[in-house]
Amino acid sequence: MPLYHNDDQAMLADTARGFMAEEGNITKQLRHWRDRNCKDGFGHGLWKQMAEMGFTGMLVGEDDGGLGMGHVEAGIVLEEIGRNLTPSPFLTSSVLAATALKHGSADVKGRYLPGLIAGDSVFAVAIDETAKHRPSRITTRAERSGNGFRLSGSKSFVVYGGSADMIVVAARTSGSDDDDDGITLFAVPKDASGMSHDAVRLVDSSMATHTKFDNVELDGDAVIGEVDGGREVLNAMLLAGRVGAAAEGVGVASGAMDMTVDYLKQRKQFGRLIGEFQALQHRASHLYSEVEIARAVTIKAQQLLDANDGAGSEKAELMVAVAKAKVGRTAGLAVREGVQMHGGIGMTDEYDIGLYMKRDRALQEFLGDANYHTNRVAELNGY
Amino acid sequence: MADLETFRSETRAWLEANCPAEMREPVRDEDDAYWGGRRAKFKNDAQKAWFEACLAKGYTVPAWPQAYGGAGLNPAEAKVLREEMSRINARPPLSSFGIWMLGPALLHFGTEGQKQRFLNEIARGEIRWCQGYSEPGSGSDLVSLQTFGEDKGDSWVVNGQKIWTSYADHADWIFCLVRTDKADKYQGITFMLFDMASIGVSTKPILLISGNSPFCETFFDNVSVPKSYGDDCPAYVGQINRGWDVAKYLLGHEREMISGAGGGDRTAAIGAVMKRAAARTGDELDPVLRAELAMFDVDALAYTAMGEKFLDEIKVGKAHPAQPNMMKYVGTELNKRRHELMMAAGGSRSLEWDSEETGGGKPSRGWLRTKANSIEGGTSEVMLNVIAKRILDLPGA
Repeated sequence: MPLYHNDDQAMLADTARGFMAEEGNITKQLRHWRDRNCKDGFGHGLWKQMAEMGFTGMLVGEDDGGLGMGHVEAGIVLEEIGRNLTPSPFLTSSVLAATALKHGSADVKGRYLPGLIAGDSVFAVAIDETAKHRPSRITTRAERSGNGFRLSGSKSFVVYGGSADMIVVAARTSGSDDDDDGITLFAVPKDASGMSHDAVRLVDSSMATHTKFDNVELDGDAVIGEVDGGREVLNAMLLAGRVGAAAEGVGVASGAMDMTVDYLKQRKQFGRLIGEFQALQHRASHLYSEVEIARAVTIKAQQLLDANDGAGSEKAELMVAVAKAKVGRTAGLAVREGVQMHGGIGMTDEYDIGLYMKRDRALQEFLGDANYHTNRVAELNGY
Repeated sequence: MADLETFRSETRAWLEANCPAEMREPVRDEDDAYWGGRRAKFKNDAQKAWFEACLAKGYTVPAWPQAYGGAGLNPAEAKVLREEMSRINARPPLSSFGIWMLGPALLHFGTEGQKQRFLNEIARGEIRWCQGYSEPGSGSDLVSLQTFGEDKGDSWVVNGQKIWTSYADHADWIFCLVRTDKADKYQGITFMLFDMASIGVSTKPILLISGNSPFCETFFDNVSVPKSYGDDCPAYVGQINRGWDVAKYLLGHEREMISGAGGGDRTAAIGAVMKRAAARTGDELDPVLRAELAMFDVDALAYTAMGEKFLDEIKVGKAHPAQPNMMKYVGTELNKRRHELMMAAGGSRSLEWDSEETGGGKPSRGWLRTKANSIEGGTSEVMLNVIAKRILDLPGA
């Protein structure tokens, strides 16, 4: 398969780009909600519109009411989200949670997917337990209790956990903390008795929670997939979420780069446009090269994942790690160069370039930063 | 597609029958390849047999038309042949700047007479060509070149000096940029073809930091170059004074080649190989080196995807015309980094300059050789200038 968008995908990209630039732009969304100190951190109106566009159910199969599209298509939407810094639960709800629910029973799908697709219910995911991403270690425990389970433990960096209706929780139902086996995924209503959410605003103005589970009673039908067999589902979620985060990162990097290159063509110092200075030209050209490569490896990873129906192959897993690592370093470079080349105004809140820097920082940490994934690449290569 | 599969199975069978085992070993260095030419000698029977089998089939230049010594393969068939050859690690039967550089220029700009003569000579490995571009005062600023051809009616008298002429001391003919109009910088250069045996041509190999001498200084002292070699066969490619067009076309070609677009092991991940190599000498990877190797592997694997995307986009005209400059820049910088890491991983063993165990200092000489990657064919800095100007459209670039 060639590494560029086919006609349908190119059309989707046009639509998504126009829509996000018009409705999801920084003034209408990120600044609007941030300046009102919105505790949800995103606009429900836009989320409804995204549902009407069909975006929310892109990854859900047609039999289940979705569009049956793949990660290339979801990546197209995410790149535009990244470019516009649009706050929305697309990545958590429509990519991560949707991937988990696809592995659920017909009953689970029937219960949750229609609301997710319609944009009526928002899903968050609770995976991390410490400040750094480490999904190999799951200590939150779900003990058998009657026909169901009793959940205890705590999760961190639950993005949009405070405004979500449901939270997909990765918990341990058997074995010890670092075991591969013994993981089970649960769909937990946010307001379940025994749950507490400590909401925190993050550097990029997005909202996340530290969520505690204190003997939360769950029905047996809260289980997504197999009891003790959740690692496979969790891995599928992680692959989908990471390649999605990479696509969003490409958008952040492109947006920051475009804004910076434009600025080089407008700002005058010493009687010349600063874009005439070779010291800046070379840095801009280097950045361009890195962004192109980051985009290429992201499409490669998306295609590999789609070719295998999202189940992951060794090659797909490797390229997803490469993509997340490469995009992480590239987007970091893009926002740092962006702020530096904007000079003093790059430090002001009035200019958008700083918002790119903040968003990049949060996106870096989501599902493993560049260091985590670089280490993964070494491990997957056998060293 | 069925035809292509038939072609694949026929090709596989043909390679099986005709490619000797010795020709399925990697080429160790530039001396290990067969370059053809008047003074060429085969290193062994296997090299001769493989060359002759390919020659009879048109496989020294498989994608060139049959009339010019090729096999007339279409791009899909040529790709199948490349894949099948690489599957068994078959060496190229013939290496030459005629195939890589002059050939593409002649196919694009040449007259029928030039194609008939020169392309067939190249395909048969009869004439070994070298490239006369750079001059002592004209490196990155190539268009400032001074070697001058004085018009004498039916001929030019060429005087001047070239530098970095690859294997000029082994070459039979040269394709050479010569100034023929001093008043017009860009439209005053002619792309000439002439015999290195001409009176007044001399060469002097340059000893490099690698201890090897793949390049020469080439001197022209009143060299007489006829304007024509016969019917429809001028001694210049394209038009007189428009040689810069040909040179630019070829530089684009060269940048694609050097960039290693399309992969090859230059862009592959190396961490695992380094770990195994370390184990053989009783060493293990330092954790900081392991991290650097992993960062390199991320960049190399990502660049491989970029190469694939670049080739896919070129086929359908989606690639930006200046994209080869980006590929060249990143590819050569990566290759330098790769060799730095290989030296670091190899430790004191990699320092050995002529020991048998290192194949005559391959690690250290190879490491030094890569330093030229980001200089030859346009420096990294020039590549960045071109990206700034042609892709980012920055002012004054």
